[in-house]
Amino acid sequence: MPEPLLQLDDVEARYGPVKALHGVSLTVGEGEVVAVLGANGAGKTTTLRAVSGTVKRSGEIVFAGNRISRRPPEAVARLGIAHVPEGRGTLTDLSVRENLRLGAYVRRDRAGIREDEQRVLSYFPWLEDRARQTAGTLSGGEQQMLALARALMLRPKLVLLDEPSLGLAPMVVSEIFRIVGELNEREGLAVLVVEQNAVLALEASSRAYVLEVGKVAVEGSSAELRRNESVRRSYLGY
Amino acid sequence: MLFAFDWTELAQQIVVGLASGGVWATLALALVLIYRSTGVLNFAQGEMAMFSTFIAWSLVHHGLSYWAAFALTIGISFLGGILVQRAVIRPVEDAPVLTVVIVTLGLFFVVNGAARWIWSPEVRSLPNAFSTRPIDVAGVAFSIQDLGTIAVSLGAVGLLWLFFRFTKLGLASRAAAVNPEASRLLGVRVSWMLALGWGLAAAMGAVSGMLTAPALASFDQNLMQPVLLYAFAGAVLGGIDSPFGAVVGTLILGVLVNLIGTYVDWIGTELRLPVALAVILGVLLIRPTGLFGREAVRRV
Repeated sequence: MPEPLLQLDDVEARYGPVKALHGVSLTVGEGEVVAVLGANGAGKTTTLRAVSGTVKRSGEIVFAGNRISRRPPEAVARLGIAHVPEGRGTLTDLSVRENLRLGAYVRRDRAGIREDEQRVLSYFPWLEDRARQTAGTLSGGEQQMLALARALMLRPKLVLLDEPSLGLAPMVVSEIFRIVGELNEREGLAVLVVEQNAVLALEASSRAYVLEVGKVAVEGSSAELRRNESVRRSYLGY
Repeated sequence: MLFAFDWTELAQQIVVGLASGGVWATLALALVLIYRSTGVLNFAQGEMAMFSTFIAWSLVHHGLSYWAAFALTIGISFLGGILVQRAVIRPVEDAPVLTVVIVTLGLFFVVNGAARWIWSPEVRSLPNAFSTRPIDVAGVAFSIQDLGTIAVSLGAVGLLWLFFRFTKLGLASRAAAVNPEASRLLGVRVSWMLALGWGLAAAMGAVSGMLTAPALASFDQNLMQPVLLYAFAGAVLGGIDSPFGAVVGTLILGVLVNLIGTYVDWIGTELRLPVALAVILGVLLIRPTGLFGREAVRRV
């Protein structure tokens, strides 16, 4: 088996005195879409934050051969991990174009950035007309797409996607997941997605982990998990 | 009285007011810069500017021309501002706002004390940066010094604007001020962006100080204290979180204070500072966000 792109081994994380992850282990392979499911407070968001370094963590996290468990978020981003955080991280006072440009902040290859801008606009053509608009005036769905577009400007090897469906209309949500699927198929983009909506997440991913109180309770292929009796009852609701 | 109104004098006094307003604007921008990125009013901003002015004085004293000292001092102040942020502010970066405010108050006394320790009390002055001759514009005589002061301060403001608007680093610092956490995820070194802000603020303050001193017959370590108050009043008038507002606010305040001082006999020059304080009070009571500031809206 080849080395996975991302590997978490017994990762713990805490907010002040409160421990949120009690030893999570998971992997994401090259070009793989992996979902993390679980109830509120199970540690889904914290798992992503542990990877990007926005929470205090310990344990082993290896990304593309680099140990990143001690690196700050700025450094993790430079390695090619784009974290689309909960709440989308829109830079509200800045224009849409400025948001996109900041997505490529750590890159130096001007030609490549221009190329990626065109590529990103081919997925989100409407961004072109809104380029000068203040990002804070976009609707929730538009901001979620902008956040994804901005993440792509990094030319990432891995995207961490936190609750992309939160507070959005079903149409918008399926559009976002359609684009994520396309990015994965066409460009081999690896995605670690956290999602309340388990039906959606299991459809979009090839493998999935179910977290319960800061630990992996169930893991397997998404098809398997869809058939799993307890997963079905707890998270799929039928 | 009304029929003998002297329009020439009014025009002259407006320009004088704009000149002081311009000097305050540079310091006000320094205040706004730090306020926007950290939510803290830097009470030491005026003292840091005073310190810069003394550095300029030393350079001139050692034989440099005013403008050479001007440029060099801006560079030194920029680095000094970064140093202050790294050494004094960074350790309390995550502390509550009040803690940071108290630290800047402490910084006020430290910088003031250091300047008194380094530079003995004596009569000091900086040479005039501009010719003292008047210049004739459309039949009205204006002082070149006033016009030059306006030009230099607005030039500094303009350069700062260009930096924030058109450079990658400027863009990143704006992002860091809007949403530090999201900016870090994009690879922006937010902590250094704050340091950069302190450096730029110190440089703007230096401009303010070096334009203030030559207009005075002599100056001492209290040079910038009234300027800080005017800058603060102007920034509040324009909106403390708005760079544009701070510039417009201080310019309005400069003209206002000067015209009131000129035309209202019982106020004269002695009561100009209370006018500024009345403006602060009035704005805070009637329109707390200032002319161009924004209501702090928060999603709950």
